[in-house]
Amino acid sequence: MGELIQLIVSGTATGAIYALAALGFTLLWQASGTINFAQGEFVMVPAFIMLLFMGTAGAPLWLAFLLTCLVAMLLLGYTFKVAIVDPLIRHGVIPLVIATLGLSIGLKQLVKSGVTAQAEPFPSPFPDGLLALGSIKVSYSDVGTLLLAGLIVIGLQMFLNRTVTGRAMQAVAQNTDAAKVLGINVKRMVLYTFLINAVLAVVAALLVTPTYLAKFDMGESIGLKAFYAAIIGGFNQTRGALLGGVLVGVLENLMGAYVSPAYKEGVALMLFLVVIIFKPEGLLGKTEERKV
Amino acid sequence: MNKPQKIGLALGLVLIACLPPFLKSYGIYLMTLLCVYLMAAFGLNLIVGYAGQMSIGQAAFYGIGAYIAAILMTKMGISFWLVLPIAAVVCFIVGLMLGFPALRVQHHYLAFATLGFNVLVYLVMRNEEKLTGGTFGIANIPRPSLFGYSLDGALPFFYFTYASVILLATALWWLLRSPWGRAFAALRDNPIRAESTGVNITAYTLLAFAIGAACAGIGGVYLTALVNFIEPGQFNLSVSLMMLLAVIVGGSGRFFGPVLGSVIVILLPEWLRFLKDWYLALFGFAVIVLMIFLPGGLLSLADRFKPLGGTK
Repeated sequence: MGELIQLIVSGTATGAIYALAALGFTLLWQASGTINFAQGEFVMVPAFIMLLFMGTAGAPLWLAFLLTCLVAMLLLGYTFKVAIVDPLIRHGVIPLVIATLGLSIGLKQLVKSGVTAQAEPFPSPFPDGLLALGSIKVSYSDVGTLLLAGLIVIGLQMFLNRTVTGRAMQAVAQNTDAAKVLGINVKRMVLYTFLINAVLAVVAALLVTPTYLAKFDMGESIGLKAFYAAIIGGFNQTRGALLGGVLVGVLENLMGAYVSPAYKEGVALMLFLVVIIFKPEGLLGKTEERKV
Repeated sequence: MNKPQKIGLALGLVLIACLPPFLKSYGIYLMTLLCVYLMAAFGLNLIVGYAGQMSIGQAAFYGIGAYIAAILMTKMGISFWLVLPIAAVVCFIVGLMLGFPALRVQHHYLAFATLGFNVLVYLVMRNEEKLTGGTFGIANIPRPSLFGYSLDGALPFFYFTYASVILLATALWWLLRSPWGRAFAALRDNPIRAESTGVNITAYTLLAFAIGAACAGIGGVYLTALVNFIEPGQFNLSVSLMMLLAVIVGGSGRFFGPVLGSVIVILLPEWLRFLKDWYLALFGFAVIVLMIFLPGGLLSLADRFKPLGGTK
């Protein structure tokens, strides 16, 4: 029983990281119709930027994290939107998807040949050791990950639901034209979404890199899981990304422990395939009307 | 296609056929690989360019074809000629089974489903060691013979593959010229209008997907015979993504788009060896630039110089 609970806790922690990446993914989709196939690389690049700040500039982790948030907002938020998404979105979804695929390959290879092809160690923001609650032992890093990710997600939900800006962003996501008519600055709201996505990616990088290590291809797996999580939960629902992320994380852990470690990767996939067959709008999603 | 274009194409084909005897063995291997890759890429173009669907799992079908060939030929001694139709039919049926649920809902679900399917197929190839040899792969796969004439040599096998890909391309060309194929153009340009004139969108798209999958299966069989050794890494997701990029960069929905794209993906890196891994980085960023300025792919450049109002 204790083991099961431990597996669920650590699975939820991993899932929370997937959920962060998935959340950014769905936000981008809702606000601008962008399917970002480079989402995993958006986690990988900040990991290396943080290492750069810590290594060459000697900054402590928290400072490196904050500085990286700024750099990521500029590069992965603003520049990504202005240089790639804006000129492409008028051509429709497919050219944009292809461009983000290109971006994914480009960023990966750039880091591989320009920085390093090796896996680099990354310091954990949390202390080592285990927290014992009776017979259940949970690592501090799992607890920390859950707390931090939970805080970010709750904060983001509050921002989206309680503030004027957040509600304006939701309005843009639900009906761009109506939002425009109501005097909402659509362009600015979309830009905010891109900035938020960039920050979420940096947080995901901070939490995942200590275990995954910083490597040029670390984004492949995270990007894929975020993608599954977003679709399992419901592509057009922010809450869906959370549910999807946690489900994927927990099921993976249980599968790896009780059934077969070799097919650990496959469990998210099976769930994903079942969901797109039987409930294509996702577990929490709403069906989208076809636009003529 | 008008007469000068036909003559040009025939001359080009003959010219390519004359090239290999002057190449080293690695050059012949690359030319053969290009032909094999093209079989799958032509199929993908049918799905992406003509049926207007995203498929990110072409390498899965390529792999299914390859593994069927490898297992049947090495473990059961079944001849290449029997394996070829088996692989094509299996891929066709799997394509129908995967495409049917995914295409019930429009949008990007075929893309999602094929992506997931590719990862699943890769996992099975890697983990089912008894059947697939796991990460060790399957080695010593024989090459076929034709009318008692062995195709073991690099040159004979190239000509065999070259003739096969031309045959396959001709079949697809004929298919796209038929009334059945004409419906695709209508489908891609305006699906709702096509549906209102009686085209069954789902059935057509599904069939296009299954035929595209079968093409990849055939390509996989040839690949197995070419390289004599297969392992899961040859069929993972990044191979599918690369193939998708190849078709789109060349010009999806244009018959010769995949040819140009495959040359860029298979041959160009060999000429640009000095760039090493930077080649892929450049390629990735070049794709973005291309999508911004020429979303129709490189072959659509020709349209830019045509007088306005001309028809294709």
